[in-house]
Amino acid sequence: MATPTTGSTVTSETLRTPAVRSKSQQKRHNRYVIAPLILIGVNVVLFLVFFVWPGALGLIYSFTDYRGIGRLNFIGLRNFETLFADSTFYAALSRTFLYTVLSVPLVYVSSLGVAALLVSRAVRGRTAAKIIIFLPWLISPIVVGVIWKWMFGQDFGFVNFVISTLGGNPLPWSSNGNLALTVVIFAAAWGGTAFNMLLFIAALKNIPEALLEAAELDGANAWQRFRHVTLPGIAPTSFMVILLSTIHAMKEFAMIQALTNGGPGTENVLIVQYIYKTGFEQSKVGYASAASMVLMVVLLAIALIQLRFNRKKG
Amino acid sequence: MTTAANLPPVSDEVVVIGAEEAARNADKQNMRHGRPKLSAPLTGLMWLIVAIYALPLLWFILSSFKPGSELFTYPLSMIPREWTFQGFIDAWERVDFAQYFLNTATVALVTTVLTVFFSACTGYALAKYNNAGTRLFFVCILATTMLPTEVILNPTFTVIRDLGLYNSLSGIIVPSVLTATGVFMFRQFFLTVPDDLLHSARIDGASELTIFFRIMLPLSRPILFTLAIFSFQWRWNDYIWPLIVLNDPKWYTLQVALRSIVGAENIDWPVLLGASVISILPLVLVFFVFQKYVLNADVSAGLKD
Repeated sequence: MATPTTGSTVTSETLRTPAVRSKSQQKRHNRYVIAPLILIGVNVVLFLVFFVWPGALGLIYSFTDYRGIGRLNFIGLRNFETLFADSTFYAALSRTFLYTVLSVPLVYVSSLGVAALLVSRAVRGRTAAKIIIFLPWLISPIVVGVIWKWMFGQDFGFVNFVISTLGGNPLPWSSNGNLALTVVIFAAAWGGTAFNMLLFIAALKNIPEALLEAAELDGANAWQRFRHVTLPGIAPTSFMVILLSTIHAMKEFAMIQALTNGGPGTENVLIVQYIYKTGFEQSKVGYASAASMVLMVVLLAIALIQLRFNRKKG
Repeated sequence: MTTAANLPPVSDEVVVIGAEEAARNADKQNMRHGRPKLSAPLTGLMWLIVAIYALPLLWFILSSFKPGSELFTYPLSMIPREWTFQGFIDAWERVDFAQYFLNTATVALVTTVLTVFFSACTGYALAKYNNAGTRLFFVCILATTMLPTEVILNPTFTVIRDLGLYNSLSGIIVPSVLTATGVFMFRQFFLTVPDDLLHSARIDGASELTIFFRIMLPLSRPILFTLAIFSFQWRWNDYIWPLIVLNDPKWYTLQVALRSIVGAENIDWPVLLGASVISILPLVLVFFVFQKYVLNADVSAGLKD
């Protein structure tokens, strides 16, 4: 049934190559070149203006002492030298890594767990459950921040109220750096589950029933079936979810702006917030661009490492 | 008119739908034999998780109906003792909330229409014309996912300023039109449309653009709706673009306005809660109307934005 999608390529390729082109062939050739050009035109312009241009500018800025106005003075690698000696930069970077390392597994486990339950025939009321768990996807990072700030308010929050009602001591959710980061991680998992859950549901439904049944007949228990049939079956999706969540966590910004604003103090300032603060609030554009370049290299490295890892496994 | 539904299965994705169908049938057969014996504990676990996910949202929404004085009186109660809409009224009248709402709606709607249209064009070209240009552009689009706005905040600001888009809504709209996710979603879809359709239209003498607008675009309706909802959600909830592009409060979008309330020294919680709840209403409405385009969408082709 399947028509190979390469069909048109082959024909258009052969149409394009004859030694002597007739007029109609020339016309057809133009159609195949000009039509797609018209179709991608606007996006090509947008790509050049809003990706290539700022990307190049950013690279240039990172070698200058530009402050938003005035001339560009090239200062070589001095921005990077200062950056690598800057303890607040390291603090932001390591806090970002810590946040990523803690939040990505949580997002992964919760979205896979929820998805597994939602495709299991044993569970009742799956449609309603799916809709409710999906709701946080609709909520903006800023409002997610507001919701969790409200839940974990130190003096008036719901969680501390419950803790004190149960006889415990209220916890300093906003004045203790690690507890504040914990709240951020919970909020990220809460907001990040929905979309990844959809990806996992699609992947889980793809696993052939027969495979699971065969494993069951061979005496594999539920965990073994999950470990040796389901997990390998959804490996590509797992890879994508982990990659996307990692990149997302590395550039977390809006939610933290609303939830803790990097607090207490500057303890939980993550890397994008650091770039924003130095680049806009202190208008050290050159310096912030250098930090951005480091972030970009980190993102690229993460993507490459995971790609490599994925290939090896496959 | 042919619709996507009655085309012959041409790709993995359609096969996926077939597999789901099979799973559903298997479902029914299993029902006949009664539910698996694990039913009760698993259902209990599922709904416990649902409760955990629903709690923050429920607490937040119920709190927004409490009068300011009740928000901070112990013991707290889940259900407001006294119901009031004062928080919403204050939020609406405070500063220019109606204006922020209008700004956000304008940005979200205009960007969505443009994104869907140009993503369809680009996705179609990348799927159906295979030449050096389209192949190169595909790699370029892929590269944009590696270079998020967050990494080029300052230079982007310079570009916006030099283009004269600073402090205007078009400064948020124009740069957001190109999204890799949208292009990939359409490309993936058009790869599944058989080339025979294209060939027969060409033989009938239709021009390339006519084929796209009259045959291909109508075919892609499901993807069109899915991307529309995604794009609307991205733009409605976007924070970083409005933050760097807008300066004048009269152009603020909801997210920037909310951030200025929550970032204040003394947070006005009744107003903040009211404003936040109002800000999520339009999306909830859109979601419940077009739910199936999101929940049933095969989103694996797209990436998150």
